Amino acid sequence: MGLFYTFHFYLFGVIAIISAVAFVTRRSPVAAALWLVNTMFCLAALYVMMDAQFIGAIQVLVYAGAIMVVFLFVVMLLNLGHASDVTDIVGGKTKLAAGLVGLLLLAEVFVLWKDDGAPAPVPAQQELEPGVIDQVAAPLFREYLLAFEITSVLLLAAIVGAVVLAKRRVT
Amino acid sequence: MSRTYLPVLLLMGFVVFNAILMIGLSHLTMRSRPTPVKQSAYESGIPALGEARERFSVKFYMVAMLFIIFDIETVFLIPWGAYFRNLSCAVPLTNGLCPSGQVSMFGLVEMLVFMAILIVGLVYVWKKGALQWD
Amino acid sequence: MTWSLVLGLLQVADPQAPPVSTSVFVIATVIKMIIVFTVLMVGVALLTLAERKISAWIQDRHGPNRVGWHGLLQPAADGVKNIMKEETYPDAAYKPLFIMAPALAFIPAMLTFAVIPFASPLPTSKGLIEMVVAPLPIGFLYILAIASLGVYGIVLAGWSSNNKYSLLGGLRSSAQMVSYEISMGLSTVAVLLVAGNVALNDIIWQQATTVWNFFGLTVAFIIFLIAAFAETNRLPFDLPEAESELIAGYHMEYSAMKFSLFFIAEYSNMVTASALLVTLFFGGWDIPFTLWDNLAPWSIGKTLLTGLFFAVKVLFFLFFYMWIRWTLPRFRYDQLMSLGWRVLLPVALVYIVIIAGTLLILDLLGIRPGALYGLILGILNLVLAGVLFLILDSGRIISPASGRVEADQLRRLRAMRSRSPLAAPGGD
Repeated sequence: MGLFYTFHFYLFGVIAIISAVAFVTRRSPVAAALWLVNTMFCLAALYVMMDAQFIGAIQVLVYAGAIMVVFLFVVMLLNLGHASDVTDIVGGKTKLAAGLVGLLLLAEVFVLWKDDGAPAPVPAQQELEPGVIDQVAAPLFREYLLAFEITSVLLLAAIVGAVVLAKRRVT
Repeated sequence: MSRTYLPVLLLMGFVVFNAILMIGLSHLTMRSRPTPVKQSAYESGIPALGEARERFSVKFYMVAMLFIIFDIETVFLIPWGAYFRNLSCAVPLTNGLCPSGQVSMFGLVEMLVFMAILIVGLVYVWKKGALQWD
Repeated sequence: MTWSLVLGLLQVADPQAPPVSTSVFVIATVIKMIIVFTVLMVGVALLTLAERKISAWIQDRHGPNRVGWHGLLQPAADGVKNIMKEETYPDAAYKPLFIMAPALAFIPAMLTFAVIPFASPLPTSKGLIEMVVAPLPIGFLYILAIASLGVYGIVLAGWSSNNKYSLLGGLRSSAQMVSYEISMGLSTVAVLLVAGNVALNDIIWQQATTVWNFFGLTVAFIIFLIAAFAETNRLPFDLPEAESELIAGYHMEYSAMKFSLFFIAEYSNMVTASALLVTLFFGGWDIPFTLWDNLAPWSIGKTLLTGLFFAVKVLFFLFFYMWIRWTLPRFRYDQLMSLGWRVLLPVALVYIVIIAGTLLILDLLGIRPGALYGLILGILNLVLAGVLFLILDSGRIISPASGRVEADQLRRLRAMRSRSPLAAPGGD
């Protein structure tokens, strides 16, 4: 794949993992949210390196620019501040569940490590065509038409849910 | 691919370096003379009352939620807009244009259905008064 | 000219035609990057002076005129002052984020300009150099994505200051920015419909061959213009720093260079917004009424001339920003939200459908992109803008918080007011 690709793959990969670890371990919710933004950003860079430029841009636009803003809002809304009294793992059952999920993740990593079969198909080093959007738009609006239309129903449900939740507290 | 995004990477490094440089430089050149009054929160000159981190109106949260939803709608509309010429043509484009008489309603109708469902959502939000900021 | 001829020429105009070697590409990129960064920083410094001079001119004052010739060295003096000044850190502030927030506002503001083409390609002995820092195929999607990160600097500045006014300013600002981001994105969908691509050079090319989008997509332009003003937190949408309510809003606790960084970010956002307005709706670096500048053979003269045209157009919008500032009063917050969600959003959605339908009809009638195509779109937009403004002006959409006031209700209110001891003499 070339040194350029490999170097940046590891660069962004390592930053993403470090940020993700920092996200889990920070006590301050706001700092944690910012680390997650950093992870999203690195993921976007990795998408771009896989020639999924549109997805990369959307990753930044929607995840880093929209969803994380709401995370920050909620952190502030609940007045968590930089307090450290936030603990999510309480009680024996929750700890057990967390441990099981952790084991599952470890198993996953182990399988990925051992499974050294056919390497994943890597994108060919091709010259880019100007219409990067067409690569996404063509399947999305033709083959996966039904899924696309159903997305709007999902979004509608989200709208209704947001209004119902927020309005209940107001009145 | 390899070099298309190189400028962005270079620029990012350059800009981050400059931001740190400016903050650092001003930190080095300033004379710090802190006093308790100078360090207190500014509230028009009177002593600060209570905590700043009050809980705030749920409306901000509401706006942020609606923002995500309509942002995703925009994200769907952008590729549709760019690909509309292809979708509204029954045969593949020649020279970026649809051969005459081959116009198709497919692209428009498809998006109208998508939009109609979301506009129902917008109307619901409107009627519920979530867009009313009073 | 016929469309096929244009398409034939497009092959020549393809900016990627003679690729330069990677080393030349990197060197050219670094040079362009430093030039653009310097121009932005110096431009921002001069803009602060221009802002003060223009406001002075509008208010019939002199403005800064002591430092240097006609106050020309004022920005330099301000810069030196800001570097030397003491920085205060409020005791209650959360320090790491308090220091980081100005940088988080500054970085996206400086990054967004990268994809905007500012002149025609420059021929050199090593190949054709594009006059854009980063010629990305995703074009303005990059701007949307990076600009959406600008919220963090503001919301974190407001939150980390641990001050009531700052927090309110930060929250207001972020809610405002996210609300208008949607209108901004939706208004550009219309541009994509006619251009068929997101790369900014293609959008410029489409405008050069038909008609500037300002004429072809006037309503989208209006929505984009309003959204751009709101996104940059400029009057009449400067609620985050409404002096009479919030003193200085999210950057109230900031001083010295950190305060300057917020200002640099605001002004460079203005420059980028103006440049984007010019690129999407005024043909970018295109010289009107001629295709000479859009086609090979390229020359240094062409690059300079197109760059000049681009600069003039951008400067006009920067002036427009300042002009508006001293013309319109500030919105109330409910009006701001109402305008974003209840006017611009539905109007943009309906407009997209109308434009898509019109393009279909034009295709059906066999009208190809060209003069007639542009004329039809222009007339349609004139009609649509007329309808929109007749509705806007009727006072129904941007309403007071209490809803529409009926005539007799208004009379009763006035009668009440004149009886009150606080009422102004002579009534209203």
